[in-house]
Amino acid sequence: MRLEVEISSKEYANAAGQRHEVLRHIAFTLEPGEVGVIVGPSGCGKTTLLRILTGLDQDYQGRVSRPGKQRIGMVFQEPRLLPWRSVEDNIRLAAPDVDAKRLSALFEVLELSGHRSHFPGELSLGLARRVALARALAVEPDFLVLDEPLASLDEALAARLRSQIALLLEGRSITTLLVTHNIDDAVRLGDRLFLLSSRPATVRHALPIQPPRSARSESDIAGIKSEIARLNHADS
Amino acid sequence: MRLVSVAVFFVTWWIASLLIGGAKLPPPPEVLQVMFAQAKSGALFLNLGVTLARVAVSFVLAMTLGTAIGYWMGRHRLADRLGDPWLIILLNLPALVIIVLAYIWAGLTEAAAIAAIAINKLPTAVVTLREGARALDPALDEMARIFDFPRGRAFRHVVLPQLAPYIAAAARSGLALIWKIVLVAEFLGRPNGVGFEIGVAFQLFDIPLLLAYSLSFAAIVFLIETALVQPFEARLSRWRPRAA
Repeated sequence: MRLEVEISSKEYANAAGQRHEVLRHIAFTLEPGEVGVIVGPSGCGKTTLLRILTGLDQDYQGRVSRPGKQRIGMVFQEPRLLPWRSVEDNIRLAAPDVDAKRLSALFEVLELSGHRSHFPGELSLGLARRVALARALAVEPDFLVLDEPLASLDEALAARLRSQIALLLEGRSITTLLVTHNIDDAVRLGDRLFLLSSRPATVRHALPIQPPRSARSESDIAGIKSEIARLNHADS
Repeated sequence: MRLVSVAVFFVTWWIASLLIGGAKLPPPPEVLQVMFAQAKSGALFLNLGVTLARVAVSFVLAMTLGTAIGYWMGRHRLADRLGDPWLIILLNLPALVIIVLAYIWAGLTEAAAIAAIAINKLPTAVVTLREGARALDPALDEMARIFDFPRGRAFRHVVLPQLAPYIAAAARSGLALIWKIVLVAEFLGRPNGVGFEIGVAFQLFDIPLLLAYSLSFAAIVFLIETALVQPFEARLSRWRPRAA
């Protein structure tokens, strides 16, 4: 799926009736199968942007083109599981057609096999995130959206989940949009990077990340990170 | 523990009857004797059955309507604004007024009795369910939209479980209300049922008979609460971590 975005403006009215511009001129294109990463400071409107791109928010100026009816898989910032359904039921409700083998494979990679019949209230945040990720992938999405999937996990857990995400994206060709404020995650997972400014957010830089993920070495990663640091420095 | 509690009740009753005198408060054996006599003749079961049927019909009617209206009012502002004055009036109208008016307008009929009981319960169910609908989590709603849940699935698995505690609360308080009102409705305008029998006992000043019916009625209420309502509530909340 190819994603074309051209948002000229998005405003919010707060409780006092004042209008705030959250997004201003956001334009980018994501080719089919590409992993785009949106990086920006906290509170710059990244989640608002995702709500527009997934169709949850229709109140904006501009245009988002997603061909026809697309299956969306989304991992929200909070896991948003149904607390009254087991882990497996949560996934099956979102993806009724998932076959047992694929589901087992997903559980295997995400180390969830022992938690199938647990309720979300019995899971840690890290586990619940992985269930949310399993749910998003189980629907075999055309468009995968990950909103800060590694936020508020400790370093080791974040690293493990990051490599699991990388592994899962590897075997598939899903147009993916990942939102993060962590440059390291961005550089390790993305094909194309969009650096956002603070509010109102605009795309300051869009840069492809070379070489492809599977061939990317630690020194490549360090190189890209210093390039981003240079760009950030030049802006400020 | 429950048995102990019941035993304490009977012992207290017996002692009280000794203190007050058997004429005003007959001791348990006398009342139980009357109860058995009524049971033997079949009158007890007939009257209890009729009352239970009225409770069941008006309960189902009020819960169904109340849930639908409450959900609707909680989700739509206009419905809430239009319905609110009616709700306030119905909530505060004495049960007696509704029952008497129902009998006057619809005659001393079964339909009038059931409607009057249901209308008494309806507003509390509406208010509770309206709160439930207002408290629905928009985050889960969005999740269901993103994952393209069909309406039926979203309602059953996303909305209904969130409403369940409110439905249970409405059912619980509503049932208690109906238990109280059904006897008044029978007392005033029905030729059978526990309320009618109590009315007869009152006119004849037959205290053992009065207590026999009250006690059987209380026993039935207790049975239904423990055998039906509580297990149902336990099932609804099985996903919650247990309180110690």
